[in-house]
Amino acid sequence: MAQGVMVVCEQRDGEIRKISYEVLSEGKRLADKLGAEMTAVLLGSGIADKAAALGAYGASKVFVADDPNLAVYTAEAYAKAIGGIVNQADPAILLMGASVVGKDLSARLAGKLSTGLAMDCTVLRIEDGRLVATRPIYAGKAFADVVISSFPQMATTRPNVMTVTPPDPSKSAEVVKVEANLSADDLRTKVLEVRKDAAGKIDLTEADVIVSGGRGMKGPENYKILEDLAAVLKGTVGASRSAVDAGWRSHSDQVGQTGKVVTPNLYIACGISGAIQHLAGMSGSKVIVAINKDADAPIFQKADYGVVADLFDVVPAMTEEAKKIM
Amino acid sequence: MDIIACIKQVPDTESQIKIAPDGKSIVQNDIKWVMNPYDEFGVEEALKLKAKNGGTVTVVSVGPKRVTESIRTALAMGADKGIRVEDAATDDGDSFTIAKTLAAAVKNLPYDVIFCGQRAVDDDEAQVGAMLAEMLNIPHISLVVKEEVDLAAKKVTAEKPIEGATLVTESSLPVLLTTQKGLNEPRYASLPGIMKAKKKPLETKKVADLGLNAEDVGLAGSKLQIMALIPPPQRSAGKIVEGETPQEKAATLVKLLREEAKII
Repeated sequence: MAQGVMVVCEQRDGEIRKISYEVLSEGKRLADKLGAEMTAVLLGSGIADKAAALGAYGASKVFVADDPNLAVYTAEAYAKAIGGIVNQADPAILLMGASVVGKDLSARLAGKLSTGLAMDCTVLRIEDGRLVATRPIYAGKAFADVVISSFPQMATTRPNVMTVTPPDPSKSAEVVKVEANLSADDLRTKVLEVRKDAAGKIDLTEADVIVSGGRGMKGPENYKILEDLAAVLKGTVGASRSAVDAGWRSHSDQVGQTGKVVTPNLYIACGISGAIQHLAGMSGSKVIVAINKDADAPIFQKADYGVVADLFDVVPAMTEEAKKIM
Repeated sequence: MDIIACIKQVPDTESQIKIAPDGKSIVQNDIKWVMNPYDEFGVEEALKLKAKNGGTVTVVSVGPKRVTESIRTALAMGADKGIRVEDAATDDGDSFTIAKTLAAAVKNLPYDVIFCGQRAVDDDEAQVGAMLAEMLNIPHISLVVKEEVDLAAKKVTAEKPIEGATLVTESSLPVLLTTQKGLNEPRYASLPGIMKAKKKPLETKKVADLGLNAEDVGLAGSKLQIMALIPPPQRSAGKIVEGETPQEKAATLVKLLREEAKII
């Protein structure tokens, strides 16, 4: 019978990504609640030496598929390798992070395993021995509590939401090496090139601080002041749909229902009026600041702190003030 | 070449979402239904591929009669024919059963490329594309912002952004691509296009026509069940930062973020 919690960890260039620690921490909480063990899965090439350390986050055992064909993520190869591990280990719950890779992989894998998948969850809990997942729908205009009637019960967790438990370096996991068993069919896609973004650019979905600009920015050249503030606050810059549609910022910067749904600790909305589809995408932020000349802008109804003033005066002044304390 | 674009009809993103008395669905009265914005990129890209390589674009969807309107929109944009699965048995299905229904609807059609939006802006599941590819046993590339099909070599090269990088990925054909903003600018249907669309073929199928059993689809076949919908935590207006000058307000704000919110 299916039991225990299994967490699929994500590595990039051989380094475990932060979201994996979030999922391991949450997975351990669920496993403790079930009185069951948590295991982990790690795929890559030359990554076996990273596996034992996952014990510090509560994994008792780590299944490692080390294969040159797994060095860079592709959906089919990863789903095949993990599918084999899952069929053998038979976990009751299978978790991963809702990163770009995690969302893609989990969907393909759920199709392969013919099981249900709760995507991008913000709360996981156990009720009567079963997983209950809470996930935002309509980009956060509502939340759904869902259950899965098949095994493994699969869920992905939204970046930045699950608290990371301090690791216990004295604990080490048993490492179980497994074969990926890849056939030519699993290698129909291959990554030709990994083109890195400008150094230091943090993805919106993983940022702790987002400084976002809308139509009130008046033009692409003015985003420099947001970049400056973001740099001081160690954050990244986002944009509203109107700013992206105007061609001022790239599509990957868009926050909202047709862009990215974000959950930073601090969201600073500059010159953004607060269209409903934008508010949906950022209302999960812990603290929201709105800076806008128009005191009637709807964004102020959602903001913890509102500044009614010209952003072109306020933002540079904030940067200077923040520099003094950061 | 043969191209399939899968579409879903969803509430317009400007819609207010209200939870229905059953606690598991939304109030549909005032909803304006539109083609899922991410699926529009798929239809547009399908039309671009057709313009370049020739061939046929087939639009496939699952849903009630109102969905006809979204399929007609795609036909008015330039797609050639539509297939709509309308069957009460598919109601309230999860991503798994929708992928299963779509797989049954397209498996006997010729296809080189299948497009799906990377996610639907209603349930935000982001699953159907990859599941459909798995069920059809073809490769997929998700979140594509650029693609180039080489029909002679039977392959596609596509770019997809991940956190902090872009992956340039190659795949054999047939392939399923999930589409997102940045790939193209979907065209508007022209008036002649709208007129022509009325005469284009639009088939309606039942699940039995697809060789599926009613219990395999819809709520009965779903692996994921909604227990309850919950309104989001309400945020209310906080404090307006006071000050004589913008500089003073900025200084007060930074102080509040540091000392009160303890966030920086």
